[in-house]
Amino acid sequence: MTGPSKTSVFLARNAYHKRRMRDLARAVPLFGAVLLSFPLLWPRGEGGAANSGAVVYIFVVWIVLILAAAGISRAVKSDDPLRAQRDQS
Amino acid sequence: MVSFNILVAVALLYVALLFGVAFYAERRAARGFGGWLYSPIVYTLSLSIYCTAWTFYGAVGYAARSGLEFVTIYLGPTLVVVGWWWVLRRLVRIGRTQRITSIADLISSRFGKSTQLGVIVTILAVVAATPYIALQLQSVTLSFAVFAEAGGAFWGEDELNGAAIAVAIGLATFTVLFGTRNLDANERHHGIVMAIAVEAVVKLLALLAVGIFVVWGVAGGPTQILQQIDASPIAHWDQNGARWISLIFVSGAAFICLPRMFQVLVVENVDERHLNIAGWAFPAYLMLMSLFVVPIAVVGLAILPAGANPDLFVLTVPLSEGQSGLAMFSFLGGFSSATSMVIVSTIALATMVSNHIVVPIWLNARAGAGAKMSGDVRSVILLSRRFSIAGVLALGYLYYRVSGGGTALAAIGLVSFSGAIQVLPSLIGGIFWRGATRVGAALGLITGFSVWSWTLFLPSIGTGAIISDAVMLYGPFGHSWLRPEALFGIAGIDPLVHGIMWSMILNAFLFFIGSVFSFPTPLERLQGAQFVNVFDYSAGSSNWRASAADAEDLLIMSQRIMGGTEAQGFFQREAAAQGKAGYLPDVTIEFVSLLERELAGSVGAATAHAMVGQLTEGSGVSVEDLIAVADEAAQILEYSNQLEAKSAEQERTARALRDANEKLTALSVQKDAFLSQISHELRTPMTSIRSFSEILRDGEMTADAQWRYAGIIHDETLRLTRLLDDLLDLSVLANGQVTLQDQSGDLRSLITRAVDVAGGEDSKLRVLRDPSAEAIVLRTDLDRLGQVFINLIANARKYCDAVTPTLSIKVRRVSGDYVIDFVDNGSGVQIKNQQVIFEKFSRVSDQSKAGGAGLGLAICREIMHRLGGEISYLPGQGGAAFRVVLPRAAILANR
Repeated sequence: MTGPSKTSVFLARNAYHKRRMRDLARAVPLFGAVLLSFPLLWPRGEGGAANSGAVVYIFVVWIVLILAAAGISRAVKSDDPLRAQRDQS
Repeated sequence: MVSFNILVAVALLYVALLFGVAFYAERRAARGFGGWLYSPIVYTLSLSIYCTAWTFYGAVGYAARSGLEFVTIYLGPTLVVVGWWWVLRRLVRIGRTQRITSIADLISSRFGKSTQLGVIVTILAVVAATPYIALQLQSVTLSFAVFAEAGGAFWGEDELNGAAIAVAIGLATFTVLFGTRNLDANERHHGIVMAIAVEAVVKLLALLAVGIFVVWGVAGGPTQILQQIDASPIAHWDQNGARWISLIFVSGAAFICLPRMFQVLVVENVDERHLNIAGWAFPAYLMLMSLFVVPIAVVGLAILPAGANPDLFVLTVPLSEGQSGLAMFSFLGGFSSATSMVIVSTIALATMVSNHIVVPIWLNARAGAGAKMSGDVRSVILLSRRFSIAGVLALGYLYYRVSGGGTALAAIGLVSFSGAIQVLPSLIGGIFWRGATRVGAALGLITGFSVWSWTLFLPSIGTGAIISDAVMLYGPFGHSWLRPEALFGIAGIDPLVHGIMWSMILNAFLFFIGSVFSFPTPLERLQGAQFVNVFDYSAGSSNWRASAADAEDLLIMSQRIMGGTEAQGFFQREAAAQGKAGYLPDVTIEFVSLLERELAGSVGAATAHAMVGQLTEGSGVSVEDLIAVADEAAQILEYSNQLEAKSAEQERTARALRDANEKLTALSVQKDAFLSQISHELRTPMTSIRSFSEILRDGEMTADAQWRYAGIIHDETLRLTRLLDDLLDLSVLANGQVTLQDQSGDLRSLITRAVDVAGGEDSKLRVLRDPSAEAIVLRTDLDRLGQVFINLIANARKYCDAVTPTLSIKVRRVSGDYVIDFVDNGSGVQIKNQQVIFEKFSRVSDQSKAGGAGLGLAICREIMHRLGGEISYLPGQGGAAFRVVLPRAAILANR
């Protein structure tokens, strides 16, 4: 029923960059899930990996995720449609 | 050593402080000074009710028992919040556009404002949350007991129960006071949000303080604490992979599905942009909350006696080190965690219970009353909420009493989580898939709820309490494939993973199959489109047909729900928007939809829909309306297509006009040129006639000269006459005034006559002919046709510049037409002139030599046109070549 889309297929550099930032925002939890699954490959039980190392690993991954999310949240901030509306009015 | 009484006094003071904060925030919000109340920091802190007493006390106990597994409970939400762009953003937008009041409201609203689904989700939520509330009561009670014990008094069951009931009553009071203060249109509670933000700070600081004390005060630094981990009973990584992944999944899903989380995440959200900050700030909060859990656990395991409850290490470690001030702070942290969770949880559950169970029943009981229903709905709703709050807390207390408060905290928490996430398939399916239907959602929810109850919830109450040992071992009535921990005979899976896996798989499967094989009602389809495409059109379309409802009835009803001032304000605004004065707007479809949404903010979508439906006599949306909506969209599309076509047409017209204008301009230029040409042509002979006649008039000349001058005058007059004849001829031909004579004759004799006339006395021009080809009988105006031939032959004679000028006249058939080509052996006509030789006054070569006005070919063209034939220049024949196409009608016979 819908006719040909009126939105343009190719975007200016700025808008293109924002879209890619959104892709990145979507990808962060996937990267996080993969990184947090790595410990499952470690040897278990007596003689296995040390929990002290595991603690350090998990918290480092955690901090990296937080920093990534903070960085991306700045990049995607400016294209909130509600804000755009409010700025116009 | 802190005396128990001081502890109680501090706790009461702290509660008073929270009351003060909540009261102050409400006042500020009421006066319109939102300001920092609406900051993303407050939003992020309010999300921290995810960290309950289970986190504060339980995480350490969990770590002491199972190492790093506790961290999964915080990693799941971290992934969900970091990926807010996927689900949270969509949920928040839907919650804001649809005025969602709770998770039950979201499910009910999405699936056609279904009351039944609201009831199912509400029951599920209450059942899942009750153990969790019991858990909070237990943790607060136990922490009191720890201090009592430290003060020398040993608490028996009576004291514990007394403390639990006191805490429950205190929490109920606070929640009723600030949670049901008003029936807010947006269901937002500024006071409570502010209070839990303060509590969030307190619990974080308390846990950090204990952690810092343990790491630097007891262990002696980070390096030492890592060594202590290596030396502890939880030194080695020993994580079951299935549990690790299941728990990350469950906690992430629970973060969205828990009623209290939904309340702060979606319902209390004031600005979508806050997600942007919370997207990283809340994971940071979770990370800080988890940072010192393992150190506290290993230090507690090392310094406390073997039998100590690891769930209370956060309190007992500072106490055993003599840090009673720190222990007190830690107690406040735990108290904050428990109370904030209970407050928000009871508000969320009470909203659900009152909107989805109490009010529908009340409305049903009064269904006969219709528009004339009496009684203050508003007070009924508020009252039902207050009772619901009390009821939920009473249930929690009851569970606490029944379960005896013995089980490990973490186990209850996970069972509760896995119950709450049974909403997940319907929720995610509902907001991403338009094909999800009410039947599918109900099937999935009921199945998931049943499997969860059978495999996780009932066994968790205690072995032998509800499900007997025999059933656990051999299944009900000997059906071993129904054993709660080994469904379908697949044994050996971790019980928790087993329950989560089967409940989610069956839930999602039946949700999907049920949706695929059922057909949604129109309202469901409408809502589905609005939820799934929430970013495309946030305004939402109407759910009502033009109805017979009276604006006054609607106002009466709205006043009962929203309160007099708000309802009148709303009606007045809408009336003004319609351009009417007063309080009663026209009951348009838009107005009814808007009113319903406004009411939904107070009583939930299903109830609002039912109430408005009572007044509008059930004239809800139908398939025809859906089609009308679709038609409207199609019409808009059609209209825009038409506009586009029109503009294209206009462009074409404009182009045609431009062309016409250019042609007109060119014609006008031509006309001017023609006039100046004609006056020039007339003037030249006139000038010589005048001057020679002047010479004659003056006399005094020889007879010979006189004769010569008179001859010139005569010649010029002849030329003038010829010119005028030609002009007249041309104008007659061009205007179509000529009368053609009907003559018949032979082409050969016609050409012969023309050659005779045109050749004249000057026989320098040799004419080559093929008499046999010329044997054609014609029936046309032969005089005119002859005129054309004469003209062409005369031209050849005049202009052919060869030494022995030759003209060949060839008659032949070209694609069915008889053509006559007149080709001479001169230099021909230059290409640039070929275009113009048929125009009036066009003379290509030297004028004096021509002796004509340049009208000959123009006349030829007009004649041929009149006769129905053609004349054209034939390039590439070695000399000047003209082709005359004889009119088809003129051919009588070819001999």
